[in-house]
Amino acid sequence: MANYYNDNAALKHHLHHPLMEKIVALRERNYTDAEKFDYAPADFADAMDSYEKVLEIVGEICGGRIAENAEAVDHQGASCSDGRAHYADGTVENLDLCRKAGLMGMAMPRRFGGLNMPITPYIMAAEIVSRADIGFENLWGLQDCAETLYEFGSEEQRAKYIPRVCEGETMSMDLTEPDAGSDLQSVMLKATQKEDGTWVLNGVKRFITNGDSDIHLVLARSEEGTKDGRGLSMFIYDKRNGGVTVRRIENKMGIKGSPTCELVYKNAPAELCGNRRMGLIKYVMALMNGARLGIAAQSVGVSEIAYREAHQYALERRQFGKAIIEFPAVAEMLAIMNAKLQASRTLLYETARFVDMYKIYEDIARERKLNEDERAEMKHYSRLADALTPLAKGLGSEYCNQNAYDCIQIHGGSGFMKDYACERVYRDARITSIYEGTTQLQVVAAIRYVTTGVYKTLIDSYAAEGFSGALAPLAETLGKLTEAYQASVDAVAAVNEPKYLDFMARRLVEMAGDIIMGYLLLKDAKVCESFTDVATVYTKFVQAEVARHSDFIANFKLEQLAAYGI
Amino acid sequence: MSLNIIVLAKQVPDTRNVGKDAMKEDGTINRAALPAIFNPEDLNALEQALRLKDANPGSTVTILTMGLPRAAEVIREAIYRGADSGIVLTDRALGGADTLATSYSLAQAVKKIGNYDIILGGRQAIDGDTAQVGPQIAEKLGLPQVTYAEEIIEAGNGSIVIRRRLEHGVETVKAPLPCVVTVNGSAAECRPRNARRVMKYKYAASTSEQAGVSEVAEKRLAASPELNIAEWGAAYVEADPEQIGLAGSPTKVKAIENVVFTAKESRRLDNDDAQIEELVKELIANHTIG
Repeated sequence: MANYYNDNAALKHHLHHPLMEKIVALRERNYTDAEKFDYAPADFADAMDSYEKVLEIVGEICGGRIAENAEAVDHQGASCSDGRAHYADGTVENLDLCRKAGLMGMAMPRRFGGLNMPITPYIMAAEIVSRADIGFENLWGLQDCAETLYEFGSEEQRAKYIPRVCEGETMSMDLTEPDAGSDLQSVMLKATQKEDGTWVLNGVKRFITNGDSDIHLVLARSEEGTKDGRGLSMFIYDKRNGGVTVRRIENKMGIKGSPTCELVYKNAPAELCGNRRMGLIKYVMALMNGARLGIAAQSVGVSEIAYREAHQYALERRQFGKAIIEFPAVAEMLAIMNAKLQASRTLLYETARFVDMYKIYEDIARERKLNEDERAEMKHYSRLADALTPLAKGLGSEYCNQNAYDCIQIHGGSGFMKDYACERVYRDARITSIYEGTTQLQVVAAIRYVTTGVYKTLIDSYAAEGFSGALAPLAETLGKLTEAYQASVDAVAAVNEPKYLDFMARRLVEMAGDIIMGYLLLKDAKVCESFTDVATVYTKFVQAEVARHSDFIANFKLEQLAAYGI
Repeated sequence: MSLNIIVLAKQVPDTRNVGKDAMKEDGTINRAALPAIFNPEDLNALEQALRLKDANPGSTVTILTMGLPRAAEVIREAIYRGADSGIVLTDRALGGADTLATSYSLAQAVKKIGNYDIILGGRQAIDGDTAQVGPQIAEKLGLPQVTYAEEIIEAGNGSIVIRRRLEHGVETVKAPLPCVVTVNGSAAECRPRNARRVMKYKYAASTSEQAGVSEVAEKRLAASPELNIAEWGAAYVEADPEQIGLAGSPTKVKAIENVVFTAKESRRLDNDDAQIEELVKELIANHTIG
């Protein structure tokens, strides 16, 4: 059986990034937990060794049972009866394995029973689980919600719920409603405070992933008469109290093992989490950022399996007397698939490290006042994390879909049949560019970092690191592409028309993302030579992409917008 | 009620993925080419032990292995999955043992542990495939034995109920405790390593491994006595030197051959009922099916 961690050298490379030393030292508060907990690391090497060992467990379970179960789970799917959602048999087994392996609450502090792992290795685990079964990753990955509960809940709520998550209870985030999808300001689920001060929830939620979970975070309207996001608060609903039933589950194209539920709340008792009116504007925004990083990880995991399935098939399938991988057309497709995979992965872990840096500072700030340098550093990384998250999610999920498409293409007619894993991968991949904010919404989130120059500054900092030898000409190409990008940004800004900016936003964001990923691969190749070919292929790919976009922008006339109905 | 369970485990060369360099020219196993693993059916036995521990709070699971000092790896692996402690029975004098000498040595170690309710082990090890050690230990200790176990249904109050997987069906038996149970590969798969236990017990080390460990490991070992893996020798378990190792092994290996299986000639049948029925009858008669 394959071990999905050990068989993938790129993971180890990203785990051992130089910034990890600082991340781990901060996360472990200079390793002071070692005095209190017998499983806490005593130093950096000890911590990294533990992360690797945990990832080996994840890799073993995923490469073994979870991957084996994926097909049967896809066929059986989740079901709904008597107001409850039921997992497929394989899903039940997968969850049991993850509980026994202690892989729930991985990023939670030890005092609540967690493993206190930074986000970066946790996200790596999410990538590995997604390679085996992305639908299952949804259920397992909803342990993210515990992070939000930890950040915004009271100490009493943390102590009540987080240990349960670490023991293996599942979570859900109940946000979407029939009339409130991308526009969450329209949420109507009603929260009513009773005379004794407790709250009850009434209404309907729709498209809730794992909606029959044990512990729910619910976005509800607590302020009667309000209509926008400022009237919404976040609540914790505990399934043990009853009051929520599953009316139906969706019949989906993919991720069939993950029940997507319509929920009916009837006087469901709930606890207010954090402050009133902050539900959407603060807590759900934080929740969504975490979830988006999770989808970026899913995208990379699915890209990985798509590439591997295609590569394996191209080696085995013989036509005209040779393996099809020997045909340049197929070899090129595979090289580009791998380049997109490695590009989205290097961006994923760069983003994860930035998230780690600022979140750990935020957590330290709950214990003591940060000094000026620390505050500046937190702000720096928080900004970078916010800037990179929509790129990692938006562009990563598009690459994931492109790889799933090419995976089928390389399988030819067989790929269109239900006999190969690639057709499930193709269906499963499709959701990544939709949920937790469509690619179009990621562009909306990202464009401000184009116009404010945050991406440009980051790109310049990468370029300043200097690249020599085989990497020098690639760096030179990326330098020229950066100039072309900046010229496009300036050209669009000069028009000074919001509609025009919206129209061009996708192109500008893609150019920025492409160049950032290009430099990140160069950085990878600088440390680890085996990335050189991938960096070369990706740079060539990006060169054509950036040229296409900058050409479009340079030759577009404002009045042509009307032809697009804009 | 709480139970004291001993699980017998063996570190074996992984014979499941044998390449052409698996055997040396002289016919002995090329251990360098085969990774050392936890004997698969011993993992099934460990799972049964851990389930008993889950169902009977306060129970203990002790792993006993005989082999080279590096067999402590098996103990750590078992502890990562939930076992409490382990003992490596290791001694030059124990080397070259056949199943008779092995079962004698292990039985001596079991006596030394004392106070046990159930002794579990895999049906057989994948390097020798004899399935003799478990039953021989039972004989030497004068205990009842249940072989081919697939599931321990319950244990406690002096008895144990076990479902056995036999060639032609299943059989449920009840036996008095203490007893020896050997477990089939068809039993439940062993649970995975637990992340938190790995973080804690990765520094667990046997006496001989403890020489030259890192400073961090040294501190951990000093702080947590449960990280010490016991290492016992032949003298410690009061083994009779005549009955152990080569001296105690009547089995002599004459020669080992590398056998390559080749497919037998194929037969073509017409697609009609008569011929198919004839074949089915033949396959039932020679026990290929049924």
